[in-house]
Amino acid sequence: MALVLMLFFGIPLLVVVAFSFFDYDGISSNPAFVWDNYAELFSSHVTLSLYLKTLYFAAIVWAITLVVGFTVAYFLVFHVRSILWQMGLFLLCTVPFWTSNIIRMISWIPFLGRNGIFNQALVGAGIIDEPLEFLLFSDFAVIIAYVHLFTLFMIVPIFNSMARIDRALIEAARDGGSSGWRIIWDIVVPLSKTGIALGSIFVITLVMGDFFVVKVMSGSHSASVALAMSNQIAMVQYPPAAASAVILLVIVSLMVAAILRIVDVRKELAR
Amino acid sequence: MAGAVPAQKQLGKRPASFYLLAAFFALFVAFLYGPMSAIYILSFQGPSGGLTFPMRGVSLHWFYALFEQQRTGDFAGAFSRSILLALIVLTLTVALSVLAGMAFRRRFSGATFVFYLAIASLIMPGILVGLGIGLTFQLFGIQTTWFTSALGAQLTWTLPFGLLIMFAVLSRFNRAFEEAGRDLGASNWQIFWMVVVPILLPGIIGVALFGFTLSYDEFPRTLLTAGAQNTLPMEIWGMTTNVTSPALYALGTVTTLVSFAAIALSLGSIALIQRRRARRPAPMEKSGPVA
Repeated sequence: MALVLMLFFGIPLLVVVAFSFFDYDGISSNPAFVWDNYAELFSSHVTLSLYLKTLYFAAIVWAITLVVGFTVAYFLVFHVRSILWQMGLFLLCTVPFWTSNIIRMISWIPFLGRNGIFNQALVGAGIIDEPLEFLLFSDFAVIIAYVHLFTLFMIVPIFNSMARIDRALIEAARDGGSSGWRIIWDIVVPLSKTGIALGSIFVITLVMGDFFVVKVMSGSHSASVALAMSNQIAMVQYPPAAASAVILLVIVSLMVAAILRIVDVRKELAR
Repeated sequence: MAGAVPAQKQLGKRPASFYLLAAFFALFVAFLYGPMSAIYILSFQGPSGGLTFPMRGVSLHWFYALFEQQRTGDFAGAFSRSILLALIVLTLTVALSVLAGMAFRRRFSGATFVFYLAIASLIMPGILVGLGIGLTFQLFGIQTTWFTSALGAQLTWTLPFGLLIMFAVLSRFNRAFEEAGRDLGASNWQIFWMVVVPILLPGIIGVALFGFTLSYDEFPRTLLTAGAQNTLPMEIWGMTTNVTSPALYALGTVTTLVSFAAIALSLGSIALIQRRRARRPAPMEKSGPVA
């Protein structure tokens, strides 16, 4: 395992770093050690706005998936009483996530489009007169698609850590006169924080590294760091793309490190 | 009585919050499945139908269109490559994850490094992995193909998942079973195959399911590493930009059917194992009632 990961992850990573220092003159890239690619990256104000946009998406999506994921997991673990039902409903949530992300993403197009189901329903119900234009090919569509695609990555880890909470603790709290909210806040949340941390890592990194959802769902009105990078790659501008990759990686790693600093995932996992 | 499954303990009245949460849950499920079902319905669009509702007749027209090479690209080829690649990834993922999971139960030198390598590889944005592998192959002058570079790229995604699932499964695994096996004179090999693997089998099937579906649907990593011959997600991606007919949805329906088949197969076998186990007194629970 270590070998495979080194071969297909470690080495390519180093190559990206190496490429990011290559000399790039707009046509070809030559082995060298120059900081030009980074200098260009940092001097461009496009970079900053790209990162702000991506972080904006990540923050909103993280908040929504966290609330939804926690609620769903809480319902499944503490309110569904038979194990059979619990597993059944859990699977109901997870099945779509084992199917193609691209398919699930484009499935929003007939749904949100100008003549889509949602608009037709709203017009039909007399709530609005004109179809809403902002639904598709907008930030709204991007966020909807992200939430749709990534909530599972929140549900599963939280479900997993919640399922391990000893019921006796909750009963003890209830016997001691705790209210439902206090039980959630003082017992369930702290004990499922590993799951929350893991889920957050997944969702944030997925959003930060995404390019195809942004591209399709925003109708190219919005961009993300990874999308800009993939455009550079498509134009064979490898060294600038590599430099931007390194920066993205550093930022994502810092975010993950921050989460890991708050919750030691490994200690909990390897219990 | 005290050892009963916790969920069956008190069958009193459900609190009001139950109904609230149940409603939330139902909404969420509708949110998950609603758009997807629109795709499936639209894939049966009549020959003159377009990408959105209303339906103009019902037909299998667009499914036939899929198999005509010139219209939608090399669908059949991409499809078989995807399946084959997914099976290879599945096998490697299961084998390597189980071994790694077992290894991680003891401290070994470099454990932390391998763990962080796996985590980093998991959270590394897919397109970066693809870029890295693509550049590496270019640097060494090797042609990128779906069964070398793309396979490696997908493993960087499935292996960490497999490892994490093994962690979760193993953390619930009671070591007393191994010790019992050892006390009865079993060799390490026998303990592994006759005690550990059967008990962990549902988890291992879970790893296999992840290995298959993650590979089958993998896109960002494969994009830059698949080489000249596409896998299915590339094909779909290509279609989103240049095919504006319900054939795209038909492809979506077909792809999803394959995923569903894989899911049904693995969940069915897990259910079967659990049922066989349920007939015996349940030995798995490590966290019983606290004495």
